[in-house]
Amino acid sequence: MDSPLRLIAANPVDRLARTVEALLVIASAPLSVDELAEAADDDPERVEMALGLLRERYSEGRSGIVLEGVAGGFAFRASREAADACARLFERPVERGLSQAALETLAIVAYLGPCSRPDVARIRGVAADSAVASLVERGLISEAGRESVPGGAVRYRTTPLFERVFGLESLAALPRLDDLVEDAGELRDRLLEVAEARAS
Amino acid sequence: MSATSVRELDLDLDAFEGPFDLLLTLLLKEELEPREIDVASIVLSFVELMAARDELDLEACGEFLVLVSALLELKARALFPDEAAELGELEPEEAAGELARRLAEYRRMKEAAAWLVQTLAAEGDRWFRLGPAPFAPQPERRLAPQDPQALAGALRALAVPPPTVSLSHMALRFPPVSQFLERFRSLLTRRRRFDFDAEVGALSRVEQSVALLALLELRKSGEIALSQAKPFAPIRVSRSDDERILEWTARSA
Repeated sequence: MDSPLRLIAANPVDRLARTVEALLVIASAPLSVDELAEAADDDPERVEMALGLLRERYSEGRSGIVLEGVAGGFAFRASREAADACARLFERPVERGLSQAALETLAIVAYLGPCSRPDVARIRGVAADSAVASLVERGLISEAGRESVPGGAVRYRTTPLFERVFGLESLAALPRLDDLVEDAGELRDRLLEVAEARAS
Repeated sequence: MSATSVRELDLDLDAFEGPFDLLLTLLLKEELEPREIDVASIVLSFVELMAARDELDLEACGEFLVLVSALLELKARALFPDEAAELGELEPEEAAGELARRLAEYRRMKEAAAWLVQTLAAEGDRWFRLGPAPFAPQPERRLAPQDPQALAGALRALAVPPPTVSLSHMALRFPPVSQFLERFRSLLTRRRRFDFDAEVGALSRVEQSVALLALLELRKSGEIALSQAKPFAPIRVSRSDDERILEWTARSA
């Protein structure tokens, strides 16, 4: 054979894309651009270009593997069309059986975190010990220091796994709370009516 | 002891004296402050009563546990600020505003939880690998360039045995007793008597101690006689035969 098979593309960005692709395959958690650049020993801007190539190559409908930006980095996941097959082979222990109490607690920690169990209990009106323990066990929240008073309670915040499970690029991708609910004015007026009726 | 008699258990506490039943009634009517009641004393009274009767009445114990638990709950609640009372201190409009603020906060979080549920359902077909992060490589510690000769010199300096540390300043030097035996014997050949304190006054405390031992040794062997006018007065040392002559002279006279 006169000309051997060329395994490495001549284009340097394409070559870098192969390296980034390899790094993402072995990673079990999303990798940031900086982490990829350091591992590939290359420039972050060129890594972003390589990621652009890979996102095009690994997209829904084109491949069984999809590259997504999630939890502050990039990671491979299965394509949505393969979801049923994946479900027959694997389980989703992290989000399976999340109770309403756990979801409310998770929402409070995601929006107000780092916050403590008493903070959660104050908003929900009931103790949050069980819900917090369940979320910690699932890896969706983790300890984040203590309140800055002597003997302060342990505070919690969401983990990168939370962002990954919910498909969030970061916590900034959570919708604004004011967009989720209407103004509290109506509620306040109704309470005022009740209070005035009792006072009279 | 029946359950009824548990209620009639006589209590003699700092804040209350009378039957247990009356105590609970006064507490429930808020005529008595729960924090003033010593629960431990009540338990002790009951235990003492049970011990005096020398029989295990399970019905009475059960009744007592129920009543004491209720009392403890009352006391515990009194130790925490009452949110309802806090709101009660506010004007109706302020209380309504505060309640509305709390309810709105909870409502927002409830909606956020609902959004999480929707998102989770929408992301149900996203599958990804879960696993522990692989170990990060340990960075190799880089050393600055070194001169082999300098390293050899440093090693050579380390290989030199350190000088022996002198402990002489810590040792107690005891001169031999024989030295003082000879000294005192020699002294008594030249003088008939001498003053021990004056003789050893210039010596160290250790040497003085050894000198005293030598003195006692001479006394024991009968070579000298010792006398002292009073306790702690100077010790006078003389030849024993001199003392005997003096004694004989005194008796003859």
